[in-house]
Amino acid sequence: MAVPKICGIETEFGIAHTGTEDSNPITASSLLINSYLSEVERTGEGGPASGVSWDFEDEMPGNDIRGIAPLGSLAPEIETHLVNAVLTNGARYYVDHAHPELSTPECSNALDVTRYDKAAELILNRSMESAARVLPLGQELVVYKNNSDGKGNSYGCHENFLMARSTPFSQIVVHATAHLVTRQIFTGSGKVGSEAPGLTTAEVPFQITQRADFFEEEVGLETTLKRPIINTRDEPHADARLYRRLHVITGDANMSEVATFLKVGTTAIVLAMVEDNVLPREFRFRTPVQAMRQVSYDLSLAKPLELADGTTATALEIQWDLLDQARKYADSHGLDAVGGPVGDMVIDRWEQVLAGLEADPMTLARQLDWVAKYQLIRGLAQRHGLEPDDARLAALDLQYHDLRPERSVAARVGLETLVSVEDAKAAISEPPTDTRAYFRGQCLKRWAPSIVAANWDSIVFDVGDEPLRRVPMMEPARGTADHVQDLLADCDTAAELLARLREPRSR
Amino acid sequence: MAEREQIKKPAPQREQSDVEDAPAVSGQGEELKAELDELLDEIDEVLESNAEDFVKSYIQKGGQ
Repeated sequence: MAVPKICGIETEFGIAHTGTEDSNPITASSLLINSYLSEVERTGEGGPASGVSWDFEDEMPGNDIRGIAPLGSLAPEIETHLVNAVLTNGARYYVDHAHPELSTPECSNALDVTRYDKAAELILNRSMESAARVLPLGQELVVYKNNSDGKGNSYGCHENFLMARSTPFSQIVVHATAHLVTRQIFTGSGKVGSEAPGLTTAEVPFQITQRADFFEEEVGLETTLKRPIINTRDEPHADARLYRRLHVITGDANMSEVATFLKVGTTAIVLAMVEDNVLPREFRFRTPVQAMRQVSYDLSLAKPLELADGTTATALEIQWDLLDQARKYADSHGLDAVGGPVGDMVIDRWEQVLAGLEADPMTLARQLDWVAKYQLIRGLAQRHGLEPDDARLAALDLQYHDLRPERSVAARVGLETLVSVEDAKAAISEPPTDTRAYFRGQCLKRWAPSIVAANWDSIVFDVGDEPLRRVPMMEPARGTADHVQDLLADCDTAAELLARLREPRSR
Repeated sequence: MAEREQIKKPAPQREQSDVEDAPAVSGQGEELKAELDELLDEIDEVLESNAEDFVKSYIQKGGQ
């Protein structure tokens, strides 16, 4: 059986510092996050664990799943000097490159990921407000949840999925590629124009995704240059003998909860099916990188993709096939690996959305970002007689992703929600209960002063009278409320917890 | 699930041009159009006033 598809999203946000000529994105990102952290600490609300820094002990982003990185591969650098906070909901909030980035805690299902993704938006919102209070009058930090500046610079919204180490990587490559290329028809956030070399807005007035323009390789280690459809970073943040972590870098950041839910949910199911070896048909594209762009540029969803065996299939046909396999898989294997009932919800939604896309994509303006945005772009162009390259259309595109409620266009289009505002608010400070994020979050809530550092797979305690103690959490499905709630309730101090953990079989 | 075969959709047989050129006017076409008009009124209000400068100054380097 497939291992639990524990998953999460890490989003790099766009940031603009308005009201000044003298701005630097790294400083702006640091200011944004630091003002949030200090304000929340001052007011005593849940959120950041004060004084706890990120532990870089296990960071090895240069490791390649294929064993040896090919010559010329550029491993990402780790920036350890910038702000890097661990939140009591189990998330990580930090400056990455020149962007604010938030990684959700590990979740057991796509609905939880959607909830923590919404909480991330609220945290960024709150950060903008906090920053406004410390900036000179007339200046503002504005955060955008998108993936491109329209000038050829892209920043990512990455997904992570726990996989069994024993699953052949070649199988992951073939089926994940088929899914990642074709799922764009519902995961896309839409974009005015193209940033691929040699293409103009006249040729591509509007496309389905933000990211497709930026992929140049089929498989590789890079995330900032020559981006590959399948990323081979081998950094499981878990027991490496049992697990790998599939790092998916092709996705768009979504404003639509339905799109986020389906992006993560369908991918988790496809990966579980790969692991259980139930997919009978391999869809190998003749040229995957071109297929990626072709899907993104084809608003009719009708142009067939060329397959390596000489036949063709449309993105919709491949998605229908994967959905059909997913239904069979649910019958034969169950969906426990992807969150049980949430898995059923994913399958029903998946079908609903494919049926809508087939009948008339425009019926999905409340579910899919690219459709919602496309209707607005087309409507505004018609209303004012605008050419495709008019700055007002590019401005509308950007502003769709503006996270300020008073400016956000996405907040005005009536997108269907899956998460209540109360649940999203609670997720700002409460960790999920059914992954190791629970243990991390609860320890941070209760004993932050005794914690020196934390990361995905360990917490380092300092209880004063003994050397620093690292508590490993190499199993992402352990440390849940079921496992440790009673233990945590029994302990008044971190020292007691460490003593209990030392007893044989206490966890 | 017994109804799986009914649920499964056949490969699409679509006219290639219909989606790109004339979407959005289905059963509730008029209602949707009125809704979109209202939305565009609101968008006209919140849209950054100097679109050209706004778009030009939005530069994001150093991303993954």
